[in-house]
Amino acid sequence: MFLSDRQFEIVQSSFLPLLKGALVFSLSLTAITFVIGLVLAVITALARLSNVPLLSGIARAYVSIIRGTPLLVQLFIIFFGLPSIGITLDPYPSAIIGFSLNVGAYASEIVRAAILSIPKGQWEAGYSIGMSYPQALRRIILPQAARVSVPPLANSFISLVKDTSLAAVILVPEMFRKAQQIAATTYEPLLVYVEAALIYWAICLVLSFIQDWLENRLDRYVAR
Amino acid sequence: MIKVNHLMKNFGDLQVLKDINLEIGKGQVVVIIGPSGSGKTTLLRCLNLLEVPTKGSVQIGDLNLDFSGPVSKKQMPQLRKRTGMVFQSYNLFPHMTAIQNVMEGPVTVKGEDKQKAYQKAKQLLTKVGLADKLDFYPFQLSGGQQQRVGIARAMAMDPDVLLFDEPTSALDPELVGEVLKVMKELAVEGMTMVVVTHEMNFAREVADEVIFMDQGVIVERNTPDELFTNPQHDRTRQFLNMLK
Ligand SMILES: Nc1ncnc2c1ncn2[C@@H]1O[C@H](COP(=O)(O)OP(=O)(O)OP(=O)(O)O)[C@@H](O)[C@H]1O
Ligand SMILES: [Mg+2]
Repeated sequence: MFLSDRQFEIVQSSFLPLLKGALVFSLSLTAITFVIGLVLAVITALARLSNVPLLSGIARAYVSIIRGTPLLVQLFIIFFGLPSIGITLDPYPSAIIGFSLNVGAYASEIVRAAILSIPKGQWEAGYSIGMSYPQALRRIILPQAARVSVPPLANSFISLVKDTSLAAVILVPEMFRKAQQIAATTYEPLLVYVEAALIYWAICLVLSFIQDWLENRLDRYVAR
Repeated sequence: MIKVNHLMKNFGDLQVLKDINLEIGKGQVVVIIGPSGSGKTTLLRCLNLLEVPTKGSVQIGDLNLDFSGPVSKKQMPQLRKRTGMVFQSYNLFPHMTAIQNVMEGPVTVKGEDKQKAYQKAKQLLTKVGLADKLDFYPFQLSGGQQQRVGIARAMAMDPDVLLFDEPTSALDPELVGEVLKVMKELAVEGMTMVVVTHEMNFAREVADEVIFMDQGVIVERNTPDELFTNPQHDRTRQFLNMLK
């Protein structure tokens, strides 16, 4: 191989710490913030679609602010900014908040589009058997909208795995921060960063398989 | 059973229904005919409040809602529960099987026991000739079969009135008969029905009364025999001639 013995040893000894960073922090951060973000997204999408101007206004502002500012800046505000008004948060909770707000805003657009893509006749069929708005939403519209939004949401999820590397800048010991530390002590940045990249890639490959499987499963009630 | 008084519906500046008055007795079958854009669909949708009337009142059974003043949000679902609607494009729930479609109203809206709702849904689907299709998804069914599921779904809520908006016009000609047959059976059993359709034979055989609508008004109403053989108005005559 083209690696020297020393380099081979570095790859070997850094693999477990990197993997641990990925599993304990990168993936948990992804999973937790995705779930919180999805809940936020559904609430935001419904608020935007409501005909209460105040609600849709708040939702619109939230989405606009999050989408209009860099994630990195948002993380800095939460972690380095808030302490100056007396709110001091640890790195991990800061990251949870930042990423959740981010996912919530982006995914709300996906959810909103999915809800709007369900034909009006579906709402009407629900109403015609006596359903209320929440009943029609829960039983008729959201299950169909969920199916429509699986492909774009799965893409968001996979992006999120990679975006969690930004949490390194607010000192969350996730995989990329681990990689930075190892690179600094071993003076082998290329080696270590490529190794980290390969681990990200492997994770994303697995996730895309899961995505395909999910999409096939959800397609079962649609003519093909 | 149904009483409509001075009903009006505007879409913006467009007056779609102008002073509709109508009374339909229990067990009656009324067929509405008329040219495209005359307001037939809008009238049906005002009866189950998928459209909120601009003015006038709608009464079904003993529940009377007057839209000239503000109407309480609680009463609209009450009125809606008394009507069942069968749509031109079926509008079945695509993520549910035939029997789940039929059970959905009783279980979710009425809170009925699932076991009981299942039995009732099975009976209804058997009645419309789909006993062997209970677990089929809509996309696995023909248009005629889907529409029969649609009828069973509406029946499952035990409505006082069934509303049909051109239930057969999206169907291939050879599938029209099976749906009309189910509708005839319901009529014979004494279901109160309001049917918008272009199936004149159905009107002749089944309807107690035929209403001809044009430009948002009821031009004339009569027994099918009288209306088809001896129309009183020029507009009715023109429309009937056009159909021939
Ligand atoms: N939601 C709406 N907004 C604006 N205009 C509408 C709406 N729904 C119906 N209209 C208009 O109201 C008029 C009556 O429509 P309606 O659908 O009741 O006619 P119809 O008699 O059912 O016609 P068809 O035989 O083509 O189904 C038409 O001019 C239509 O364009
Ligand atoms: Mg119509």
